[in-house]
Amino acid sequence: MIVSVASGKGGTGKTTVAVNLALALALEGTTSVSLLDCDVEEPNAHLFLHPVLETSEPVTLPVPVVDENRCTGCGICAEVCAFHAVLSLGGRAITFPDLCHGCGGCARFCPEGAISETPRQIGVAETGWVSRAGAPAAATQAIRFVHGRVDIGVALAPPVVKAVRSEAGPASGSANGAVIIDSPPGTSCPVVASVKGSDYCILVTEPTPFGLNDLTLAVDMVRELGVPLGVVINRAGLGDARVAAYCARENIPVLLEIPFDRRLAACYARGGQLVREFPELGNSLRGLWRQICARVGSLPEEAGTVR
Amino acid sequence: MKELLVISGKGGTGKTSIVGAFAVLADSKVLADCDVDAADLHLLLSPTVKTTNEFRAFRQAVLDQSKCIGPGQCSGVSAVCTEVCRFGAVSASGAGLPEIDSVYCEGCGVCARACPHGAISMEEVLSGHWFVSDTAYGPMVHARLGVAQENSGKLVTQVRREARSIAEERGLDYIITDGPPGIGCPVISSMSGVDLALIVTEPTVAGTHDLQRMVELAHHFGVKAAVCINKYDLDEAGAKQVEEYCSREGMKVAGKVPFDEEVVGALVRGVPVLTRGDGDACRAEGKAAQAIRRLWENIEIELADGSLR
Repeated sequence: MIVSVASGKGGTGKTTVAVNLALALALEGTTSVSLLDCDVEEPNAHLFLHPVLETSEPVTLPVPVVDENRCTGCGICAEVCAFHAVLSLGGRAITFPDLCHGCGGCARFCPEGAISETPRQIGVAETGWVSRAGAPAAATQAIRFVHGRVDIGVALAPPVVKAVRSEAGPASGSANGAVIIDSPPGTSCPVVASVKGSDYCILVTEPTPFGLNDLTLAVDMVRELGVPLGVVINRAGLGDARVAAYCARENIPVLLEIPFDRRLAACYARGGQLVREFPELGNSLRGLWRQICARVGSLPEEAGTVR
Repeated sequence: MKELLVISGKGGTGKTSIVGAFAVLADSKVLADCDVDAADLHLLLSPTVKTTNEFRAFRQAVLDQSKCIGPGQCSGVSAVCTEVCRFGAVSASGAGLPEIDSVYCEGCGVCARACPHGAISMEEVLSGHWFVSDTAYGPMVHARLGVAQENSGKLVTQVRREARSIAEERGLDYIITDGPPGIGCPVISSMSGVDLALIVTEPTVAGTHDLQRMVELAHHFGVKAAVCINKYDLDEAGAKQVEEYCSREGMKVAGKVPFDEEVVGALVRGVPVLTRGDGDACRAEGKAAQAIRRLWENIEIELADGSLR
């Protein structure tokens, strides 16, 4: 089962929930757990999990290369390109790989066969393991870890997100496998690429007007994708009750409330694992997982949005 | 006129609360909310919308089923459109007509051009709206990207262009921009050509990690940046490390703001964390508000001639 953790607003505790949910399930030892950090602009899960990385693959995009001997300057490539990554100037085609989305249109439609494609690195995807208790990685009791990093200055995050998602591994299809996806903040393309196709989405919010506003945007986005969803209210007690009221009105289940507590904040700040220092949170997160399993299991096939 | 971008890398470090306070403190400015897919500044500044404008910068593939002849006859066993799309947006199951997934469509137009029967057209989509508003603190430009829409970078560019033209028209001193999180497309669009990027961070391992990526991005684009350490007293040792990092990188720390529940309190009331006022008003303020006042003084110095020490 694939469960994505998203939020709309940044800094509400997505990574905290994703990382500690993965740890809570791994500590119990009955579920095979993968954690995919899809926040490829600012990946943070590794700071809390300290994975041993085994593979590091470049993520590339095919970008055009013009054979100047064949180019007649007809300008069709520039006309084809929706991203202004090819211009026709002074009788020749000039490429701007930074703007290229890798659609292949220019190469496909060049009447002279003057454009070929070459891979341009835009980031990396890395895989590894988190061992259960600092011991050498033992697959049965460890968390499979995948994350990606978009290169500095690259505007296009979704292909790197997709590369991370493609590493979901065998746990995604299995009933007692958990693939937990830590998504980026916001509601646009990189988030869509992270959340789309998951079996359930946990939206982490905080009980403030910012939290509520961005939650409503995220709910619209997740419903548009047809993914059932539930909410975790982090830092409960700070702020007001409007998030809870909104969830009740919209029939959105509040799966868990994590109280605001400076001890939790301090543990997070130094990169600590909350479930180790506060074991009761581990129990709560395992309870949250069972709720999600029950909800996904009981949903009819065609169910798009949770009601 | 000077353009200040408030940015963070990591979300939730306090960008918007700080911009809300700057809105009170700066005399002559236009505000721009460039966090177009999860805008929040309006919740503090209660804008009155003067004009609402459609944002159409994206065309997506639309199939005309009456012209499509289906996979069997199109080109051997599969339809051309399903073969040429590199974004997984066009698929066909069995002999059924292809379907285009608007969420995955990047608008490249390759399928439309490749279709032998002219059954696919590229149609303009309403991707969101942008607004020009008045607030009690001055004009504001903000936007709302549609649900699951692309092109946040272009919408950011539109918001910035409008804010600049308002600032020029009215002879304003500052453009103060609330930036999006991350380091990708909308951030790059927010950052190009600003006079100063104020990076708001927090003393956590995640905040520090994300600060470093943001500093690299600013260097990459040759943008001058300074740092604000927000909630610094949640981990004073961590804050010290951030300061040391900044000094190694030659980054100025323009301010340190303590954690203060009053910031959340103001947010719940829907107002900036400080109010305009004389010395008495200031003395009644919480510790975060006072620190943000000093931060703004430093920003004005840095924007004026880069002489902040």
